[in-house]
Amino acid sequence: MIVLGFFLTAPMGIGYMEHKVLAHMQHRLGPMEAGGFHGWAQLVADGVKFIQKEDIIPKAADSWVFTLAPAVVMVPYIAIFAVIPFGRTLWAENLDIGIFYVLAITAISVIGILMAGWASANKFSLIGALRAAAQLIAYELPLILASVAVVMQAGTLSLVGISEAQHHYWYIFTQPVGFFIFIVASLAELTRPPFDMPIADSEIIFGAYTEYTGLKFAFFLLAEYGGIVAFSAIASVLFLGGYQGIPVIGHLIPGFFWMSGKVGALAFFIIWLRATYPRLREDQLQRFAWVALIPLALADIMVTGVVKVLVK
Amino acid sequence: MSETYYQSYGIVVALLIGGVGLVAVAFGAARVVAPRRQLPEKLTTYECGIDPVGEGWSQSQIRYYIYAFLFVIFDVESVFLFPWATTFERLGMQAVVEMGIFVFILALGLLYAYRKKVLEWV
Amino acid sequence: MSVQEITFVIIAVIGGVSAVRMVTSRNVVHAALYLVVTLAMVGAVYLVVAAEFLAWVQVLIYVGAIVVLLLFSLMLTKAPIGRDTLDNQQRGLAALVGMGVLAGLAFLIQDSFGGSKPITLHQATTEQVGVTLFRGFVWPFEVVSVLLLAALVGAVVIARKDDPAGSRRGPDRRAPLRRGSEATRR
Repeated sequence: MIVLGFFLTAPMGIGYMEHKVLAHMQHRLGPMEAGGFHGWAQLVADGVKFIQKEDIIPKAADSWVFTLAPAVVMVPYIAIFAVIPFGRTLWAENLDIGIFYVLAITAISVIGILMAGWASANKFSLIGALRAAAQLIAYELPLILASVAVVMQAGTLSLVGISEAQHHYWYIFTQPVGFFIFIVASLAELTRPPFDMPIADSEIIFGAYTEYTGLKFAFFLLAEYGGIVAFSAIASVLFLGGYQGIPVIGHLIPGFFWMSGKVGALAFFIIWLRATYPRLREDQLQRFAWVALIPLALADIMVTGVVKVLVK
Repeated sequence: MSETYYQSYGIVVALLIGGVGLVAVAFGAARVVAPRRQLPEKLTTYECGIDPVGEGWSQSQIRYYIYAFLFVIFDVESVFLFPWATTFERLGMQAVVEMGIFVFILALGLLYAYRKKVLEWV
Repeated sequence: MSVQEITFVIIAVIGGVSAVRMVTSRNVVHAALYLVVTLAMVGAVYLVVAAEFLAWVQVLIYVGAIVVLLLFSLMLTKAPIGRDTLDNQQRGLAALVGMGVLAGLAFLIQDSFGGSKPITLHQATTEQVGVTLFRGFVWPFEVVSVLLLAALVGAVVIARKDDPAGSRRGPDRRAPLRRGSEATRR
């Protein structure tokens, strides 16, 4: 229940953050009135609006697959939150297999996007879905390989175990290359700018989601913002010590606040990039994954292996 | 056989059911609340306002196929990396060399694909 | 019946029904989606018998990669992914072959495990998998890499055949979409 509740509130917070951060960066303030401080109640209004919107399923579409697709995209992200430790004892469960479970379950949402694109029976949607799926699988590999390097250091797959192993130092200091790869790959997995070709509104009209309206569309958005929280949280656990604070003053503040702070900072960074970088081209994207990131990650793994055995 | 193993997966299953239930309830609510006025124009496929040309389910470039294939192969590789990453320290340099050979052979494949320019686009 | 057995029955029924739906479905994409359910249920069986790592390997490789490859090949080739129905005249033969394989497998499994005592389950951790793999099965492991390399080279050769010397001219019957995007590129 707690996990579900968290899943519903955290993405909204991130969505709000995105609106406001972008608004201030671009000097386009947008709705600032509702509810007082920076228009926070606008979010609730948006949610209510989404439910009230008419739900259109195009006549050409395959209605069952069309309806199932948002669920297939979103549910894996809910399942990820079960294993993320937000404090020393604050987690829903501690699977031995931890990070591998996260990586395996995110792979499912690729099928959801392909389902959405195909079921819409729209050319733009199908192209968008294929672009999205090609991008997701290309960047899943760097994500997996960067995680392997962390697992090698910690000697365990459990996310709680990985957090505990960073008691003395955070892995960002020993795995800077891994951290870089992980963040870039996360951005691509989230199809966030500068990796947003699959939903490029100026080229293919939001890709796989062209035909979606109302609540079904809202679920895709929820999955995107839930994804930002999830990937920020995983990156914090793997590289920034999770709920571990910095030395000396670390004990004064509970782990939950450390974790939330790190997740918030990473999420801010992800949003910031949207305001900063233009979109890459589709071929540059695939090339970058296969020619740069994957060989780099493989080299990182081998170097980590040799160094670790020699040091021991 | 530990009880905690089944308990923790019980939570996963409960969460999946909860997630699906959430979606179902939300869709049900939307069905009740949202207006339904279906006009033929509304139900056509969106193509920038003009009438749709040809069929929606048309095929596009074969380009992506090679990436999917490469992905399957490297995914299988990464699956071997995880059990290795948790144990290589215990097994010592021998295990690192074993994995080194494995990764090297696959990296050769990637290099081959690169030299044959199938990773190129334009 | 224990909880495990009940869980197994539920999983087996879901997996079996979607397997049947997969072969009877007349739409290839629907068939592929039923295949996803069946493969996920195989993963769930691994979970029930406490092979945790294997279960998530099943999800990562089969659901996350193989089915995606399958859907890609359906959507990128001339397979009838639209409303066209897909059927042929060989249902009887197909059913016969299917039954034959089922009978053969049932006999083999009964033959090898039928009389033996029920195995007591113990959770296989990823560390155990790693130690077993890198102590006892080093050569098979290295052979796997050569096998994967061969598959990769094969894929590259096929991909190049479709696309000689960088020109993108397919034979005929171009979808309207292709023609459009081609025209804008020139």
